[in-house]
Amino acid sequence: MSASNPSVSLSKANNAGRTIKPSIWRVMRKYWVFYVMMLPAIVVLVINNYIPMFGTLIAFKDVNYQKGIWGSDWVGFSNFKYLFSTETAWIITRNTLLYNTAFIVLTLVISVAFAIMFNEMRNRLLSKFHQSAMFLPYFLSWVVVSYLVYGFLSNEHGFINQTVLPFLGLKPIEWYSQSQYWPIILVVVKIWKEIGYTTVIYMAAIIGIDHEYYEAALIDGASKWQQIRKITIPLISPVIIVMTLLQIGRIFNADFGLFFQVTRNAGALYSTTQVIDTYVYQTFLAIGDIGMSSAAGLVQSVVGFTLIYLSNLAVRRISKDDALF
Amino acid sequence: MSVTTETADGLILRPGKVLKRQKKPNDISGISNLLINIFFWIYSALCIIPLLLVIIVSFSNEDAVLRNGYSFFPKQWDTSSYEFLLKDYKQILDAAAVSLFVTVAGTILSLLIMALYAYPISRSDFPHKNFFAFFMFFTMLFNGGLVPWYLVYTRMVHLKDTLWILIMPLLVSAFFVMLLRTFFANTIPPALIESAKIDGASELRIFIRIILPLSLPVLATVGLFQTLAYWNDWYLSLIFISPDGHVNLQYLMYKTMLNVQFLTASPQAMAALAAQGVEIKLPTETVRMAMAVIGIGPIVFVYSFFQKYFIQGLTVGAVKG
Repeated sequence: MSASNPSVSLSKANNAGRTIKPSIWRVMRKYWVFYVMMLPAIVVLVINNYIPMFGTLIAFKDVNYQKGIWGSDWVGFSNFKYLFSTETAWIITRNTLLYNTAFIVLTLVISVAFAIMFNEMRNRLLSKFHQSAMFLPYFLSWVVVSYLVYGFLSNEHGFINQTVLPFLGLKPIEWYSQSQYWPIILVVVKIWKEIGYTTVIYMAAIIGIDHEYYEAALIDGASKWQQIRKITIPLISPVIIVMTLLQIGRIFNADFGLFFQVTRNAGALYSTTQVIDTYVYQTFLAIGDIGMSSAAGLVQSVVGFTLIYLSNLAVRRISKDDALF
Repeated sequence: MSVTTETADGLILRPGKVLKRQKKPNDISGISNLLINIFFWIYSALCIIPLLLVIIVSFSNEDAVLRNGYSFFPKQWDTSSYEFLLKDYKQILDAAAVSLFVTVAGTILSLLIMALYAYPISRSDFPHKNFFAFFMFFTMLFNGGLVPWYLVYTRMVHLKDTLWILIMPLLVSAFFVMLLRTFFANTIPPALIESAKIDGASELRIFIRIILPLSLPVLATVGLFQTLAYWNDWYLSLIFISPDGHVNLQYLMYKTMLNVQFLTASPQAMAALAAQGVEIKLPTETVRMAMAVIGIGPIVFVYSFFQKYFIQGLTVGAVKG
């Protein structure tokens, strides 16, 4: 799941101020069933999440399978020095940040606009129908989306090269080897796929607004625009702010499927399509350079953690209920 | 004047008419309503048309496609691409079986494991609940990244090339555990649990007989999203499954995208064609799209039946309990 739901709050402490803290063993004895219940998930979390967290230390090693991963030599920050001495490091960072910024801004503007428009539609059934149609792309995997894009952009047979451009009297374009077009293509594809989901979340927020505000505004002679600007947007702003901050917290994590599948991982496009996640995949599994890829991965994790922490601080200032922790 | 009934919120129900709000003072004007309608018709079409292109190409004649490119109005209809895939059904059937098994087993298992974790941390009388809530939540904040994660699964627990590797990484999603916990904590009255305890029910019995039946809506939502995640997953196959191993449908589609010959890896299909004295000429473009249609089919089917539950689930989650 990409979009995260702002309402799941973790700050609900309802501890009725215990004075005496029972010993940990007593609690475990009394609640042993709970521990058994939680065991399967704990095992999965330890293997899938916690061991890899400690495993990030291999970024400081020169991994050599003969010596074993833990037997390899410590090399301090040399992997990072290599990484940042390459031009690629800056390109992938730039691409990741620019794409994610575009996604955040456009998703927000378009989905709020769509949600308001849906809310004003007088025909309920039609509104439901259009919401459903918009939700369809969300169900498709990135592999399927890459087929759809290929159907339009394929060099020899694509609908655009074979039908649209000749009709306009233009020459065909080699889409999969011309990097300058991809920022626009990728932004359009990403928005197309995710917008149904975010629109539904904003619609839920708008439906929750008390109707009396609008009735009062109508009596005061407010126009639709004024109502939207002065009532709707301010009242859903907590949801907007939380959603946006959560996305800012993930600004260093690119959507691997989008950049890997939709571009068909074409090397000619890397200058505008390679992001941190695809770079880590490429250097690790295709080239086998553990040092570089683990260093890039660790930088991504640490920066990501810092950003999430800071954006959560910001959420807490705005609305304590919506804070994550 | 036909028979009309007006519902509480001003809905006018005329026999044989669409559900339509009567124009109220605060409604938008007819012209803006029309403009919004036209806009959404266009946008909905943009969401559906790309799929149509793939479907139409898969039913087109290969030569026509090679001549005129992919088109919405093929010069000749043709089902030879599907006939070809039928001859080579084994690979597709295997992949579909892998996808189906992983999706069903993964969804059931992950629902169970997540609910079993969410219930204790939703109980206000459990002293360690905050620690375990944080233990789950922290995985949302920090992750080790691809490299150590890959090394754990390949060099520590050795799950490479097993079906289990397609299930395990997606079993526990911190976000859904938190959703379940919030639901358990806010919608199940603590008094109910108390009285069951007084009647001598064990914790496990309470969980199975009271908590789960009362939480069907949220379990359904999480289950649907997990089904989608398992069915649509190609990333785990890409990383952990070698091309001659248990590939699933998504991965087969990915491979077909890069190289249609991947589908013809099965010698028996070739032999069958050769036996008929057919010159082996693979209808590459249409077969590729036919493969996509086979992969898309189930998900479009699920979408058409369940999308409203997805939307409801999202809206339920978005309104604070």
